[in-house]
Amino acid sequence: MSDAFSFQLRKVSKRFVKGKETITIFEGLDLDIPAGDFVAIMGPSGSGKTTLLNLLGGIDHVTSGEIVFDGQRVDSLSEGQLSAWRAANVGFIFQFYNLMPVLTAAQNVELPLLLTTLGRKERRRNVATALELVGLADRAGHYPREMSGGQQQRVAIARAIVSDPQVLLCDEPTGDLDRATADEVLALLQLLNREHGKTVVVVTHDPEVTRYTKRTLHLNKGVFVERTALA
Amino acid sequence: MNQALLVAKNLGRRKLRTSLMLVAIFIAFFLYGFLECFNRAFHAGDNASAAERLITVNRINFTMPLPVNYAERIRQVQGVKAVTYQSWFGGYFQDTREPLFMMAVQPDTYLDVYPNLQMPPEQRRAWLATRTGLAIGRTVADKYHWKVGDHLPIASNIYSRKDGAKAWEFEVSAVFAAPDDPQRDSLVLMHHDYFDEGVTFGRDQINMAIMTTASPTLNDQIEKAIDSLFANSEAETTTDTAAAFNRAFAAQFGNIALIITLVVATAFAAILMIVGNTMVMAVRERTREIGVLKTLGFSGSTILAQILSESLLLALLGALLGLGAAAGAVSVASRFLSGFGSNLHVSTAVFLGGIGWAVLLGLVTGAIPAWTGMRLRIAAALGRH
Repeated sequence: MSDAFSFQLRKVSKRFVKGKETITIFEGLDLDIPAGDFVAIMGPSGSGKTTLLNLLGGIDHVTSGEIVFDGQRVDSLSEGQLSAWRAANVGFIFQFYNLMPVLTAAQNVELPLLLTTLGRKERRRNVATALELVGLADRAGHYPREMSGGQQQRVAIARAIVSDPQVLLCDEPTGDLDRATADEVLALLQLLNREHGKTVVVVTHDPEVTRYTKRTLHLNKGVFVERTALA
Repeated sequence: MNQALLVAKNLGRRKLRTSLMLVAIFIAFFLYGFLECFNRAFHAGDNASAAERLITVNRINFTMPLPVNYAERIRQVQGVKAVTYQSWFGGYFQDTREPLFMMAVQPDTYLDVYPNLQMPPEQRRAWLATRTGLAIGRTVADKYHWKVGDHLPIASNIYSRKDGAKAWEFEVSAVFAAPDDPQRDSLVLMHHDYFDEGVTFGRDQINMAIMTTASPTLNDQIEKAIDSLFANSEAETTTDTAAAFNRAFAAQFGNIALIITLVVATAFAAILMIVGNTMVMAVRERTREIGVLKTLGFSGSTILAQILSESLLLALLGALLGLGAAAGAVSVASRFLSGFGSNLHVSTAVFLGGIGWAVLLGLVTGAIPAWTGMRLRIAAALGRH
């Protein structure tokens, strides 16, 4: 693990206002995620796992505090700047894959590249590489409905890595998969972390995930209750 | 893949729904194209009429005759430059269901008043010299494949000949064009002298006198002078500009423009609600996908452009199909309505007008869903709280 940090959270607070009630998710949360980390964030429902992932990915805003990515404050970026930042630095993997049903596997993977200046040939080459990496080179022309859940999740991983982001944020990536397929997906994430140096943050209920991650953080009512550093 | 393909793929995801929206837009633009062509054909003479051209008709209405000598008396009115006259012949060739737009005119003075009729000099000379000669508009020549030198028997559904013959014998002397006045392209012009000598009734009578004035600024004064000249006579007159006469002629069929505007506006209002509502639903169904696109880095303005592109593409596609079908229908209709001449077609103005309406329709129907998509918060779209 390098000394550089992907994310540094300082005194982060997040509150939601629901009617007359104010719900506090975090209050003064600190967190460091070094570059090249593979961290699992676990905790019961309502503990703030997903909100934390949203904040890390710039799809939700802090109420107060700072989020620094690779030395750059991201909590103060505008919506447009956050879009560009996400496109360049972050890949997302969701529980339910969230592929576009009208696009083939290759077209789904190509989506993030439409925001780049790459030409068509270069985009196709990158898509082929990403699909090759997740073992789906032969399914490039297939639509999501023609693939199993595990295959769809691997397409989603290919989509997340095709623009070569530094960080992968995964929200329950194995939540909709059987054990064997889930292990394949986690092994793939581990490979991306170990061989390609990606920083991987996984929010999960699945304790098996910890067999693949370098460390696990337990979140309860917006507070890290235990931090386990694994080898 | 590119963003355009993404737009097309989104439109094609519910083929039945997209097809139904296309049909709805198609109908609106078919109505617009078809009716607007008729509207413009009715009013084609408005702009083509020279400002200094006046028309004198019987005060009762223009189907009532005037004595032919009125033309000579009008010529004496100060400010009048040239005078001609014409009578409706009611001609048809072989089939009574396909009437010709045929007038008996005084050829030399007619060409003075309508200098915009273009014909080769030798044909002009031939027509002036041939008592049974016809000058026919290019539209008529093309429709019937008539050419100079053809001998034609043409009958009238008003006038039979003194000698008892049903048909009048003519020879095509000239074919003319009037590029700035397409309605005139559908005319067939015969000699008034030949008409007068053959008719069993209505001799020495005309339907209208047409004149040019020295300046449009004199029009009011000349109109009053002419009508005063024939006040309290056997046939009192009313004189107006040719443009006003054409408008009044069109108005006898009702306010065509208003009827067309109401029909088209109703169709468009219905389409606006149907397509607008359907687009809102279609985009709402894709809330999660829009959230995913934004997560991948697509900005709000990119999402806005995508949704607007969808509604614009849909509207333009429906409009092109509708205008194309209208062009076909108008083409068929024009074969049976030769009186409109070359005016009855989907002109560039009608086409561009249609495209303009399509762009407006696309923007209006896409505005709400596009704005919603642009403003959508990712966390809410993905249900992630």
